[in-house]
Amino acid sequence: MAQVTLTNVKKVYAGGVEAVKGVSFDIPDGGFCVLVGPSGCGKSTLLRMVAGLETISAGEVSIGERVVNEIGPADRDIAMVFQNYALYPHMSVYDNMAYGLRNRGTPKDEIDRRVKEAARILAIEGLLERRPKQLSGGQRQRVAMGRAIVRKPQVFLFDEPLSKLDAKLRVQMRVEIKKLQRALGVTAIYVTHDQVEAMTLSDKLVVMNGGQVEQIGLPADVYKKPASKFVATFIGSPPMNILPGTIDGPGIVALGDAILEARDLRQDLPAQTAVEVGLRPEDVEIASEGEAGSLPFDVEFIEELGATQLFHGQLAGLPFVMQAATDVVAAQAGRIWITVDPDRVHVFDSMTGVRLGRV
Amino acid sequence: MQKNAFFNGLTIPLMLLLPQLAITVVFFYWPASQAVWQSFLLEDAFGTSTEFVWFENYQLLFSDPGYLKAFINTLIFSSFVCMLSLSIALLFAVMADRAIRGAEIFKTLLIWPYAVAPAVAGVLWLFMFDPSLGMLARGLSSMGIAWNPRLNGNDAMLLVILAATWKQISYNFLFFLAGLQSIPKSVIEAAVIDGARPMRRFWTIVFPLLSPTTFFLLVVNIVYVFFDTFGIIDTITGGGPSGATETLVYKVFSDGKGGSNLGGSAAQSVVLLVMVIAMTAVQFKFIERRVSY
Amino acid sequence: MVEDRRLGDLIAYIILSIGVLIVAFPVWLTFVASTWDAATIINGQLPLYPGPKLFENYYRILFVGTSGTTREPVLGMMLNSFVMAMAIAIGKIFISVLSAYAIVYYRFPFRMAAFWIIFVTLMLPVEVRIFPTFKVVSDLNMLDTYQGLAVPLIASATGTLLFRQFFMTIPDELLEASRIDGAGPFKFFKDTVVPLSITTIAALFVIQFIYGWNQYLWPLLVTTKDSMQTIVIAIKKMIVTSDALTEWQLAMATAMLAMLPPVLVVVLMQRLFVKGLVETEK
Repeated sequence: MAQVTLTNVKKVYAGGVEAVKGVSFDIPDGGFCVLVGPSGCGKSTLLRMVAGLETISAGEVSIGERVVNEIGPADRDIAMVFQNYALYPHMSVYDNMAYGLRNRGTPKDEIDRRVKEAARILAIEGLLERRPKQLSGGQRQRVAMGRAIVRKPQVFLFDEPLSKLDAKLRVQMRVEIKKLQRALGVTAIYVTHDQVEAMTLSDKLVVMNGGQVEQIGLPADVYKKPASKFVATFIGSPPMNILPGTIDGPGIVALGDAILEARDLRQDLPAQTAVEVGLRPEDVEIASEGEAGSLPFDVEFIEELGATQLFHGQLAGLPFVMQAATDVVAAQAGRIWITVDPDRVHVFDSMTGVRLGRV
Repeated sequence: MQKNAFFNGLTIPLMLLLPQLAITVVFFYWPASQAVWQSFLLEDAFGTSTEFVWFENYQLLFSDPGYLKAFINTLIFSSFVCMLSLSIALLFAVMADRAIRGAEIFKTLLIWPYAVAPAVAGVLWLFMFDPSLGMLARGLSSMGIAWNPRLNGNDAMLLVILAATWKQISYNFLFFLAGLQSIPKSVIEAAVIDGARPMRRFWTIVFPLLSPTTFFLLVVNIVYVFFDTFGIIDTITGGGPSGATETLVYKVFSDGKGGSNLGGSAAQSVVLLVMVIAMTAVQFKFIERRVSY
Repeated sequence: MVEDRRLGDLIAYIILSIGVLIVAFPVWLTFVASTWDAATIINGQLPLYPGPKLFENYYRILFVGTSGTTREPVLGMMLNSFVMAMAIAIGKIFISVLSAYAIVYYRFPFRMAAFWIIFVTLMLPVEVRIFPTFKVVSDLNMLDTYQGLAVPLIASATGTLLFRQFFMTIPDELLEASRIDGAGPFKFFKDTVVPLSITTIAALFVIQFIYGWNQYLWPLLVTTKDSMQTIVIAIKKMIVTSDALTEWQLAMATAMLAMLPPVLVVVLMQRLFVKGLVETEK
């Protein structure tokens, strides 16, 4: 078990493309860190640099107390689960799991013990003699996990391991990965572009964009106080509404004719500064007409989701979505009035997208 | 095209390449360069002295009526063999592509001549059409058709064309069948719904979709006719009668055999070399284009 | 599809049967000829059914040989052909799997140069450079040897290109997983690349065995001793221009024996054969 530390890690490809532009953070021993971001944001490259599959152009990666920049992947004491599992198609499940141990010269009975133990944990004991071809997607996923477990590594690395599974299996395996990581107490780094996976799995969430870290924090904090417009719209489903507004006074923003209180807003901004206001669909509540701080919302159509419903329409002439409980009855179309808790109003710089929060 | 995951190093990859490169250099590049060199040399009648003569061997070659004749023979031979073997193979492949019972057995029965050595194929056809004892030759003469490939150049040419075609059908059949089977069923079904009758379907849908296979086979067949048919010609006619079935490759061999005209034979080799390189280039362009589809 | 298929199917059966007949008839006739005596053939009296001399002819040709032309028994020639075909097939697989591995899995300065040096040999058969190659072999004292028969024919790009193409389809993640599992270049080659290539190797083997067995011009040149003849060149020697001297029944038996091994390979290993043929030409 070990702590993983990244210090100003960069990846520059031949030709000058900067895939990772100086990233620093650390993951405590036993922590579960998720790297999330859109495709091409550098998250996989970062993971592969920790694995030793990509060279590190600048900066330092250490696992435990050891700087591993110059150490080969086999000697970093890590294990990796690949997106396409990368199982050896010509080897049995047993041999797939045993291969790494054999290469290390682990004694035969020790290999046998470890493989059987991993198989028991993953409930794949009955599949040990099969070839990967004969397994279902979920079973292959388990074998890939098993190959990681038998190594008893200091760090687990996951590269979008659930993206090839169907939705139902994905939820199930997600829970299992989390349980397993807890039980084994191994530090984990997990790359995904799925924000639900990112929220549910991590105890440290790293949101990346364009080769840089946008925000690092507990998943709940990232959700509650997104550090930028990018994070705000990337985390959360349906995504946060972003509306242009102006500063109307300390802690007050104007959206067209309507006035909105925002508690987490810098106090030193001059009036009329252009900003962007973010409102999460799930934070919006229905008010009665003329209520203080209420905004007019023209509903155009309603999507029934079963547990909730989504109202689509226009707010101050811009597209807007709100989420409501199913017992809220509204006309299929027409104007309603809404309010938002002042603690849940997010304000971003209209140029840089940075959160304009209290210092 | 290259891998994103790879090893570094120089010694190991060079060691891995060494056997192939060594054999290629010793038995390919060295002899080929020797051929080019020799094509510029002329030996006197007694083989005692050689002289560097620039392009004289080539000049002699292109003014030699025998070479022109070999060129025309090659042209006739290759166009007939290509046409015949491609069209017959296509017919068989279209029939075998129908979902009829026993299609697999027919396939097996049609592909095995690929395994017959050209020289052996030549002997088989020689035996059938030998004017004095061949079963089919006697059949021809009983119908009053004069037939003697030993004396008549046209008969000889016809015989080598038949033998070479017979040998090549299986290869073309296999590729046409694979090409037909790779045409998506849905395209054919769409044509059926559009009201195209079977024959029309073939010429407007299937045949155009097969054109990459056809083009590929055309190039391969030309190369086959140029080189692999040496055994057929040598066993059936030996290039005769009086050079009637002497192709370009055969002439390289017969002119160089006694060692009397090494320079001329070498010049012929070089001409062939250039022709094959040109064909390889065409083929390569074609492969590139196909990859980009 | 809802369509009247009966007529079309009937036509297909008829055409395919004619095809099989065309393909099989010369071989059947050869087989029949190999079961009669010389006189029946030379008089032009050969029937369409086998005769009584099957065992006699084959025994004589396998263990004794013809009386005048080739002298050696054919069994020894078949052994020569077999050794040559095996040497070409195995040799080609060996050198090309190694060179393809170097070209695909290594980055090194002369990589593209090496690739092109090999690629140029793709379509240039030995016939084009026949006499200079013969001279090299004779200078190296390799005439009348198995090395002389096989090694020059090993030099060609087909195998390297085939393996290169196959290696490109192996996912990069397998190499990465192997690395994390502690396997270096040799272990990755031995434990992963070669086992995955087994069918490709087998397919190439089938094609190259047939290619090697069927060689004609090259063995004709480099073998001078009777004991080194291959079976394919022996047939030609048995057929002499004046019909009276040709022991046709023996030549035809030899032809049957020359066809048997490669045809068996094609029929028994049809799937590998088709794969090898289609993929080496891509």
